[in-house]
Amino acid sequence: MMENFNYSQKVMEHFMNPRNVGEMEDPDGVGTVGNPMCGDVMRLYIKVEGDRIVDARFKTFGCAAAVATSSMVTEMVKGKTIEEALKISNRAVAEALEGLPPIKMHCSVLAEEALKAAIEDYLRRSKDEGDRRVQPSHKHPL
Amino acid sequence: MRVYLDHNATTPLREEVLEGMLPFLREHFGNPSSAHNFGKRVREAVEEARERVATAIGARPREIIFTSGGTEADNLALFGVTNSPLASKRRKVVTSAIEHPAVIESCKALKKRGFEVVFLPVTPEGVVDLGAAEEAIDENTLLVSLMLANNEIGTLQPVREVAEMAKAKGALVHTDAVQALGKVRVKVEELGVDLASFSSHKLYGPKGVGALYVRTGLRLDPLLHGGHQERRLRPGTENAPGIIGFGLAVELAQEDLDRGMDRRIEALRDRLQRLLLERIPHVVVNGGGPRVPNTLNISFAFVEGEALTLSLDAEGVAVSTGSACSSGSLEPSHVLLALGLPPEVAHGSLRFSLGKDTTQEEVDYAAEAVASVVERLRAFSPLYEDFLRSELDLEQYLLRRKEET
Ligand SMILES: Cc1ncc(COP(=O)(O)O)c(C=O)c1O
Ligand code: FES
Repeated sequence: MMENFNYSQKVMEHFMNPRNVGEMEDPDGVGTVGNPMCGDVMRLYIKVEGDRIVDARFKTFGCAAAVATSSMVTEMVKGKTIEEALKISNRAVAEALEGLPPIKMHCSVLAEEALKAAIEDYLRRSKDEGDRRVQPSHKHPL
Repeated sequence: MRVYLDHNATTPLREEVLEGMLPFLREHFGNPSSAHNFGKRVREAVEEARERVATAIGARPREIIFTSGGTEADNLALFGVTNSPLASKRRKVVTSAIEHPAVIESCKALKKRGFEVVFLPVTPEGVVDLGAAEEAIDENTLLVSLMLANNEIGTLQPVREVAEMAKAKGALVHTDAVQALGKVRVKVEELGVDLASFSSHKLYGPKGVGALYVRTGLRLDPLLHGGHQERRLRPGTENAPGIIGFGLAVELAQEDLDRGMDRRIEALRDRLQRLLLERIPHVVVNGGGPRVPNTLNISFAFVEGEALTLSLDAEGVAVSTGSACSSGSLEPSHVLLALGLPPEVAHGSLRFSLGKDTTQEEVDYAAEAVASVVERLRAFSPLYEDFLRSELDLEQYLLRRKEET
């Protein structure tokens, strides 16, 4: 049965009206983390211009805290450079939501991990693309 | 609109029950054990309540022990037997995988004390496996504890059949009938049980009071030690207003049953099921075969239960979920997992439990609210996206998941 606790108004607000929900066309990075066995899966999409994240969207299967932290983290990364975004911690996300019940802190960890995974995916892709761009001109791949 | 569809959690107090209790919270405050008139007045009312409960379940008044509720009744049954001299020869307890925590946790405690405990599996319909019961119940079995109606999915269990098996081996039988009383006919003689647990607040009585039926001749050990009350099986000054309210509630619930209230509720439950299945694709109805008439449990695959219940609460609809959060992970209910549902489907389960005052209008409103909430949550569920992309139907998906594990 459900645990007894109260979510902050901010959590409820982001849960009921999540920002940046849904798929993204042509994302530059996608990260999926979590485990359906445990009841939470988060997928985060980012769009990058230069080294700045210009858009972020998400899809989440999980509790209200998981949805709210996903929503909040997408809001927080927009406009940040990759380097700045990598510094966003789960605590910062939870604080921005005016706190989470202790047993729900792991949901915010998921948000941090989803963001990191999306950035890693972006870095991997841009490296691959770099390689691909480089390859035709160089007869000998590195 | 506010719609309460969580009657298996608890029910509102009936007006007539409250009226019947009030004098015993005011002028009739005496201790039922006192010899003077203040006491005698209350004693009479407590004994009248005992008769009412006994009549409803086809027992004798002396066989009713009032407790603080269903949990205590379950504990008194399980520890009362296993602490008694009866336990010197037989060291095995057989129960099911879908019992209420009051029984499951008690059985785990018994395991720690050296008893062999068998948790019988259930069929995908949520009914205890009779073959497994036959195999498990043997000459070493002291007690078999099987609930009559499951609280989460409402399935009725074959208590009578299992009691016969137990009797053949000389084992005692307990049934947790907390979710059955007031919803279906419950007669202890017909069931062939030695012990049965009941709780008042599930049938429009007050909270914090219940009863254990103890068949004549069976000697239990008490959990608490103290005075002579409740034949020393449950010492302590009686919760007289609670007991009196419980007695009235049982009698009124029985009258409702006799008048066919269950059929009215069942029709509404079936309507709710039909509306939900019509409006929402990719769902599983949990629990097959005979169910209590008020309960419906459905898994809305690929959305999570807490998110569902909170969203529905915002729409004024009160239901409960089998999805729970424990630190580190969400653990779906042991009942739904015992049915063989994969966790990501079990997590999206809602229990709708209707009551005597539930209306068609409420059911229709709830169905509409659930449909829109499920749609909203699925729209941003990555698992739903993957599922749609796989082009499987839910049945194929469930089969594939079963093969994986
Ligand atoms: C099957 C079952 N057994 C036992 C209990 C416990 O009853 P109580 O709340 O009176 O302790 C409940 C109620 O939650 C129940 O549904
Ligand atoms: S996603 Fe794990 S409980 Fe919130």
